[in-house]
Amino acid sequence: MTDFTLWDIVRNLLLAGRWTVMLSLIAFAGGAVVGLVLTLLRMGGIRPLRLLIRLYVDLFQGTPLLMQLFLAYFGAAVLGFDVSAWTAASVALTLFTSAFLCDIWRGCVEAVPSGQWQASRVLGLNYLQSMRHVILPQALRLAVPPTVGFSVQVIKGTALASVIGFVELTKAGTMLNNAAFAPFTIFALVALGYFILCYPLSRYARYLEKKLYGAGIR
Amino acid sequence: MALVSVKDLHKSFGDLEVLKGIDLEVEAGEVVAIIGRSGSGKSTLLRCLNQLERHDWGTIHLADQRLDGAAMSPGELSQNVGMVFQSFNLFPHKTVVDNVMLAPVVVKQTPRDEARRIAEQVLDKVGMREKIDAYPAQLSGGQQQRVAIARALAMNPKVLLCDEVTSALDPELVGEVLRVLEDLAREGMTLILVTHEMKFARDVSDRVVFMHQGRIHESGDPQTLFTQPRTPELSQFIASIL
Amino acid sequence: MTLDFSTLLPYMDVILVGLVTTLWLTVVTTLVGIALAVVVAYVRDGESAIASRVLGAYVEVIRNTPFIVQLFFLFFGLPALGIPISATVAALLAMVLNLGAYTAEILRAGIDSTARGQHEAARALGLSRLQGFRHVVLVPAFSRVYPSLISQCIIVMLGSAVVSQISVLDLTYAANFIQSRSFRGFEVYLVVTLIYLLLAVGLRLAFEFVGRRLFAFRQGGSS
Repeated sequence: MTDFTLWDIVRNLLLAGRWTVMLSLIAFAGGAVVGLVLTLLRMGGIRPLRLLIRLYVDLFQGTPLLMQLFLAYFGAAVLGFDVSAWTAASVALTLFTSAFLCDIWRGCVEAVPSGQWQASRVLGLNYLQSMRHVILPQALRLAVPPTVGFSVQVIKGTALASVIGFVELTKAGTMLNNAAFAPFTIFALVALGYFILCYPLSRYARYLEKKLYGAGIR
Repeated sequence: MALVSVKDLHKSFGDLEVLKGIDLEVEAGEVVAIIGRSGSGKSTLLRCLNQLERHDWGTIHLADQRLDGAAMSPGELSQNVGMVFQSFNLFPHKTVVDNVMLAPVVVKQTPRDEARRIAEQVLDKVGMREKIDAYPAQLSGGQQQRVAIARALAMNPKVLLCDEVTSALDPELVGEVLRVLEDLAREGMTLILVTHEMKFARDVSDRVVFMHQGRIHESGDPQTLFTQPRTPELSQFIASIL
Repeated sequence: MTLDFSTLLPYMDVILVGLVTTLWLTVVTTLVGIALAVVVAYVRDGESAIASRVLGAYVEVIRNTPFIVQLFFLFFGLPALGIPISATVAALLAMVLNLGAYTAEILRAGIDSTARGQHEAARALGLSRLQGFRHVVLVPAFSRVYPSLISQCIIVMLGSAVVSQISVLDLTYAANFIQSRSFRGFEVYLVVTLIYLLLAVGLRLAFEFVGRRLFAFRQGGSS
């Protein structure tokens, strides 16, 4: 067994950590785009579409992310694509994120008082115009804190990509552990890595929430 | 020897001095109504009497026992001084009888069947016996307040403090609560009430205490006090509420 | 694209074993995790600043690191410190610690929203802080945050799929096992995903059923 210095471990984890960050960014950005489209469609008038999107959200919220990753990975093969773990993880995490964001954002749009809709309709704005000029700006204010909060779930979710073989922080940890066998140190460092990424976001989300709802909430 | 004896009581919230030296004696069986504008310190005085607020200076004695400071444990205090609040504060997850039994069982360690008997007795007294298994949410405000009175009585206190107990009630429900208090007064219960019900203060209390700017401004028997106020502040106050 | 589910039929018993494991892990975690959360929430708001700090750190560490890393840390890390731990115990411990931290935070929100009058009534009746917490504060606080609590327990149940990675024979482990034998990965995962979905729905219904009984006091009307 080769000798690993602490620095070797940290350096390798840092290198792999880049992929955790990368995957998080892709999943979050992709999830935000898909989630926004879904939110807009869901708030629209077409009933079957609304139900379909609701089913989509329930499916992703009601099943393990790990299964979603497996299905993306093996499903692509069934469809005849030979996808990499990287692609499968990106797709699965994007869809996962979109479903949760759609749910969060729908709540925010619904929290805008219905009088606002009526007022903009009376002024002659159509659905998209009302949405863009009246509802969304107000919903956006409400949406920021929980959205930042959810980004923490996305980062933590990327850890599951390790299971389908994508080498990010967690996978690098298990691989290093197999070689260096210092599980306590290695997994503590891996955890620390996630903590450094997530904790500031958690704090920021809480700060935003406090700011939004005033000092009344502790 | 007075049952309750308050000497030189001071209390400040930050820079605001709400009690500026209160002296008050209440005899056993006496009914004392405390009146005054909001902010005059009357609720704070009441809350000091059962130490929901800690005063800064002065002493409170109950019979010949020191009550304030850490002289009495919360458990002892609750067996000497009962309190009924403006907003009832019944425990929403407990039935009427469980609300009443809670303190006897938990604080006094009364056996459950004994506590149940006491609960039935005090609920009978306030006319709420038939609602024994209802939850607070199923009761009207007046009924809730009557249960709250029963809950305080179940600890068999020597004094009952009532903090604007009818202020949160719809007008048509005020009567039923006042009638219960009247009955208690007649039975010889020592009552100290902060109240806005001047008619009740006049008819039921033995003594009325008018508080103004953190001091007892005037006090005396209700007839004289209401008909011949000695100070302009009390005259104004009486004029403002009639 | 062809899907073939018939190859899964011989493996129904494997799936059943996995299902039972996932179920009992979830049930035990829910019970112990909520109990842990109650203790954490109580001590965190208590007089001891040190205890409050330590528990605060525990909650933040759990909430800001992935469950799979917590699991690996316990399963691989503890034996390295000379504390032997089986896969099942590690899985259970990780799940309980995870649910405990999240639930403590959820519960705290419910406790914080307790009306001041409730505390005052408890004090006026002579109840100590612990007695007030137990008899007056706790149940209404639970009833206020119950929907969040249900969601959190479902999240932990779904998250438990990860314990397959330390060879706990749960539902996901069964899926992986069948996949490796039958090479019908997609079909297996589709079926097992569906089972998880049903579990999630079932868990929610069970929780709501219990909640209706536990929190019957919230409904007004005639008795």
